[in-house]
Amino acid sequence: MAAVTELQKTFYHVDENGYYGKFGGAYIPEMLYPNVEELKENYLKIMYSPDFQQEFHKLLKDYVGRPTPLYLASRLSEKFGASIYLKREDLCHTGAHKVNNTIGQVLLARRLNKKRIIAETGAGQHGVATATICALMGMPCKVFMGAVDMQRQKPNVERMRILGAEVIPANSGSKTLKDATNEALRHWINNPVDSHYVIGSVVGPHPYPDMVARFQAVVSAEIRQQLKEETGTEKPDYVVACVGGGSNAAGAYYHFLEDTEVKLIAVEAAGMGVHSGKSAATTALGKIGIIHSSKTLLMQTDDGQITEPHSISAGLDYPGIGPLHAHLYDTGRGTFYSITDDEAMEAGILLSRMEGIIPAIESAHAIAVLHQMELKSDDVVVVSLSGRGDKDLETYIRWGKY
Amino acid sequence: MSVVNTYNRIDQVFEEKEESILSVYYTAGFPALNDTVRIAEYLEKAGADFIEIGMPFSDPLADGPTIQDSSTQALHNGMSLKLLFEQLRDVRQSVSLPMILMGYMNPVMQFGVENFCQHCQQVGVDALILPDLPMQEYLNEYKELFESYGLYNIFLITPQTSEARIRLIDEHSHGFIYMVSSASITGAKSNITEEQLAYFDRIRAMKLKNPTLIGFGISNYETFSHACSYANGAIIGSAFIKVLQESNDLEKSITQFITSVKGADHR
Repeated sequence: MAAVTELQKTFYHVDENGYYGKFGGAYIPEMLYPNVEELKENYLKIMYSPDFQQEFHKLLKDYVGRPTPLYLASRLSEKFGASIYLKREDLCHTGAHKVNNTIGQVLLARRLNKKRIIAETGAGQHGVATATICALMGMPCKVFMGAVDMQRQKPNVERMRILGAEVIPANSGSKTLKDATNEALRHWINNPVDSHYVIGSVVGPHPYPDMVARFQAVVSAEIRQQLKEETGTEKPDYVVACVGGGSNAAGAYYHFLEDTEVKLIAVEAAGMGVHSGKSAATTALGKIGIIHSSKTLLMQTDDGQITEPHSISAGLDYPGIGPLHAHLYDTGRGTFYSITDDEAMEAGILLSRMEGIIPAIESAHAIAVLHQMELKSDDVVVVSLSGRGDKDLETYIRWGKY
Repeated sequence: MSVVNTYNRIDQVFEEKEESILSVYYTAGFPALNDTVRIAEYLEKAGADFIEIGMPFSDPLADGPTIQDSSTQALHNGMSLKLLFEQLRDVRQSVSLPMILMGYMNPVMQFGVENFCQHCQQVGVDALILPDLPMQEYLNEYKELFESYGLYNIFLITPQTSEARIRLIDEHSHGFIYMVSSASITGAKSNITEEQLAYFDRIRAMKLKNPTLIGFGISNYETFSHACSYANGAIIGSAFIKVLQESNDLEKSITQFITSVKGADHR
């Protein structure tokens, strides 16, 4: 992978002010300015230094188990009449792509002489990934989690505790992911000097969306190389990924952003239906505004109050999307679909039965969209299988239709 | 630097009085939906100097639990920006103190920034505090607009703000600078630490062109008078919200609280 030490001056990458087109920026209170500025000044320098790259890639290889396979799902391919490859992020240590970013950020935090790590989590996957790396690095870790989510995701709460992290309930607002993010940001405001806040997705103030995308970019770097070995060409016709905040999608798209012949398919959670009032389909329902210090598309009332989304998959249950994705939507570079709870669950069962892979319900949304795409027999499709379904067993059981 | 050509009540107060300015924050539509204007009237009668009205937001990043809870309650009561401007339509008939609106960018963006500024001017708002509007964004996008409606944008500084940045903020400020007393979100704390005093001293020694008001953690006579010995005055928010929350008689509670903070009952 070519080391990119400067901001690429391209249409789909962040500009020097932290914007993707009209989205992004850093709408932070002055209390956060020094922290965010420190990060902005240093993240590229640190992450592309040789010793960082060496340590990062060694951990990705030996600890996470990268490269993850690019697997030609032959029965699925037959069913959909195209070559369907699955990028197996579900085989990463801790069960999802999230760990690529947490390793990167914790290594970065150490080089900024930060002593403590804070993180937010919705379903608990990013929290578990952060707690894991903090255990590995011997750093104290506080994870903020909505009180409602703590009830819904007890096994992950205990996983984090086993790993030595302190899980702090967010009792404000709706007591879910957006409130956990607020609480984590507030904790950072109160502890500005020695703490680093590990944001789990391509959201938040600049430079987070760009930094997280770069840590996740290893996914598309591997896809290019593996696809070339498999098919002789680096570029598929489609890259498909689910989008909550959008970190696995950002990673899967990253090295294809400028290759406009590669179509980027983003799959949002329609919940019980886009217009049911119980949905998380941000591009369908959202308007431009500011959430978690980033100007992007978000679900809100006419009066500008941020609304509570719904998806059966906790990882897609976020009322905004990262500014990169808002830009891809706005420019038409990305094609956005939405998949209902039921469609996702059915796709999860389909993948289980046809390929012996129980996907995370987030990733099942990306499988479900294959039904809606008009595929040709010579199309090469890469689907980001971002996580495994172990964490969702309860949800599969409750859904019950298998 | 462009000159603001509109009369601003904040400047007038500072012309008459340079010290012990008391600015009081409360959330619009709290405790009850239609309390917004009468609280302003009681504050003026009780002897506050500035009135800061919070525009409630679902996700107030810089606020502690007391103010967030009051915002949640206000939204639950049915508060909105549109309604706030309706409530404030005739406020200038009964309230003459400087009036500052404080809140977050997203509701303002949805209202339309220019539309918002127009409404502010119509009802007699003097200044805005928008904690998540960064200085550079303000200068690039909104400065001319705010100034054309006679609105001062109040900037925050914190113990972590560099000297160079404080100078820059001072250069672009009108009215006053909001000195956040510690690295923190809003909410009453018990006392003022040595570290904070060193920070207050450092800022005082910079001899800024704008007056400074200290906010965050000011809750009573002791903290208020202490802060006033280092700055032109101080801002009370969370402690006042608690008073409103527990009050059975708003006028009486507000008068008692303001009297006690100003130390009139200590003399």
